Amino acid sequence: MSSPEQWTHPEPDAAPAATAAKPTAEQVIAGLRATDEGGADLVQLLTPEGERVSHPDFDIDITAEELRGLYRDMVLIRRVDREANALQRKGQLGIWVPLLGQEAAQIGAGRAMRQTDMAFPSYREHGIAWTRGINPTELLGIFRGTDQGTWDPVEKRFHPYTIVIGNQVLNAAGYAMGQKFDGKVGDDEGEATMCFFGDGATSQGDVHEGFVWAAVYDAPLVFFCQNNQWAISEPTERQSRLPLYQRARGYGFPGIRVDGNDVLATLAVTKWALDECRHGNGPILIEAFTYRMDAHTTSDDPSRYRLSDELEMWKLKDPIERVKVYLVRQQWADHDFFDGVEAEADKLGEELREFCTNMPDPPAERIFSNVYAEGSPVLDAQRDEFLDYVSGFAGGEH
Amino acid sequence: MAAPTMDRSTAAAPASPVQTLTISKALNLGLRASMEADPKVIMMGEDIGKLGGVFRITDGLQKDFGEQRVLDTPLAESGIIGTAVGLAIRGYRPVCEIQFDGFIFPGFDQIVSQVAKLHYRTQGKIKLPMVIRVPFGGGIGAVEHHSESPESYFAHTAGLKVVSCSNPSDAYWMIQQAIDCDDPVLFFEPKRRYYEKGEVDTTATPGELFESRVLRSGTDATLVAYGPMVRTSLDAAAAAAEDGTSLEVIDLRTLSPLDLAPVYDSVRRTGRLIVVSEAPSESSISSEIAAKVQQECFYSLQAPVLRVTGFDTPYPPSKLEEEFLPDLDRVLHAVDRSLAW
Repeated sequence: MSSPEQWTHPEPDAAPAATAAKPTAEQVIAGLRATDEGGADLVQLLTPEGERVSHPDFDIDITAEELRGLYRDMVLIRRVDREANALQRKGQLGIWVPLLGQEAAQIGAGRAMRQTDMAFPSYREHGIAWTRGINPTELLGIFRGTDQGTWDPVEKRFHPYTIVIGNQVLNAAGYAMGQKFDGKVGDDEGEATMCFFGDGATSQGDVHEGFVWAAVYDAPLVFFCQNNQWAISEPTERQSRLPLYQRARGYGFPGIRVDGNDVLATLAVTKWALDECRHGNGPILIEAFTYRMDAHTTSDDPSRYRLSDELEMWKLKDPIERVKVYLVRQQWADHDFFDGVEAEADKLGEELREFCTNMPDPPAERIFSNVYAEGSPVLDAQRDEFLDYVSGFAGGEH
Repeated sequence: MAAPTMDRSTAAAPASPVQTLTISKALNLGLRASMEADPKVIMMGEDIGKLGGVFRITDGLQKDFGEQRVLDTPLAESGIIGTAVGLAIRGYRPVCEIQFDGFIFPGFDQIVSQVAKLHYRTQGKIKLPMVIRVPFGGGIGAVEHHSESPESYFAHTAGLKVVSCSNPSDAYWMIQQAIDCDDPVLFFEPKRRYYEKGEVDTTATPGELFESRVLRSGTDATLVAYGPMVRTSLDAAAAAAEDGTSLEVIDLRTLSPLDLAPVYDSVRRTGRLIVVSEAPSESSISSEIAAKVQQECFYSLQAPVLRVTGFDTPYPPSKLEEEFLPDLDRVLHAVDRSLAW
């Protein structure tokens, strides 16, 4: 019988894992530092300096047009994020959940999906929403308090944002089981599901159970964990002794750590994982190693728990800059292209501001609508009594 | 206990449409009928396949419908509920079995945060036609966590519907109606009554699912109960009749939404109400009924609404459950207090 230690630590002869390049132990223990290097297993195809590198297991053929498309996606969704953040500061949104720094992880993963695949997001997945054809204006109501997500999850194949940490992982596992039960798994035309969650969520029981369920039912599910190093104020070391991707081994499926700031690597690894799933070889865990460049939400103050030079270091790994450098170096894009994307971003930002400031408050009846699919006479009576009360005020509104 | 294997042909074409069945068997036949009617109906739970469930409610279903429609799941209740949500979104109608009442709490987060709210969050774009079956209540001499009455938690949660059957005929029909319902339904089964028998007419036209029902007419006081306490209340009414007291007995059947119109009608005639429930009394179904009845029947009441319930304690060691659980004597004692007010 092996000792318990062998089950909780990497094998002695394993390659140095993610913890190898940790900042000093004192800093990590003090909770002031997150791990900044992905370690030897990190899959990377485009370095922070914009150098194309090869990887023995994963590669990708990408055309100039495709890469320009990925660049455009990332620039536009970053603009959406910054505009929404500013709208919160102006009081137009109650709160915003910044995406800054995670553009490559989300655009790479989102663009790897087919229309027939399904996605279950957490609440920071604005980039995934973009790739599923959700108009960014549809995200605003959630944070302005006018609705709880207006898109059609079935038509868009994009589940509502899930705010309770980890809940959606089980929902995704069930959906993926359904794809399998429906006979939609087994060949290149197969369907797959992606589930998005963060490093903090990996501590949740629902995520563990999702791993178990997907594994024992061979579900076509890609677990896509964006390890952005911080669960609000808690570094990933507070969630796990092991690098997160290594957890997959204990459940009996592959775990891959990809450079989440490298859109090419993320796209390549996710495409591979989705293909494995649609052919019946799921599930698979992907840990996208990235960094939350902004606060957890607009209500958060990262200066209370992390050192600012950490941010400076990650700025050098920016997901968009490296693509720009590569596009220029390859002569795949010129000034006109970059100016065009910038102009498009300006226009998008303007549309977002315009839309947000003109969003009407929902009517009072909305409180009561769609609680049940088949209604409830008890609730109907409560609604009627309230609306009658409201109508008693001058002008019919209070 | 031996689990006899049922021959599907006998189940599909019973000799007579009126059969004498236990609640347990009636539930089994109801589940079978739903599975035959709709290939999207699937069962999920612990030990429900080969074993047929610890109470044998799903006996024979996996054998006849296969492992993909009767799933022996990993042993985690949040997983059962959470994956059922995903399957429902995919178009299935999952029926989850929670092995015992006290084990539903690991799944509570999924039930309250997702099952109850997804239809509202998406304004009807996602429907969750799923049923969560829960054997509930005490009286079987079990160890801790096997005898609880957690129904009020779910009735308190908007977005869920909550029902409880009390006899074989209702068991047969209500489980099928719950599966047909496009809302998520918590289905509470009176486990200590599983083996009580009654007539089931499988060709009858059932009443509505979300309706209370007067089971015995009376004039002096009204008893309202649900699940296992319906039998207790009927027995109490029969005993009271021997002493010349006429009690009306109403089976609530639906706990959310409550259907209290028959209760109001009754209380306006009798002027007295006793609510009987195994659950602790504080912030419960029984307190909700008391509040609503005093609001609707204020001038008809001849006495305050009284409640006969479990105590506001954790469920006690089973050697004490006869004292904990409402019984015929405690019900009649409350009737006497009400009549003497």
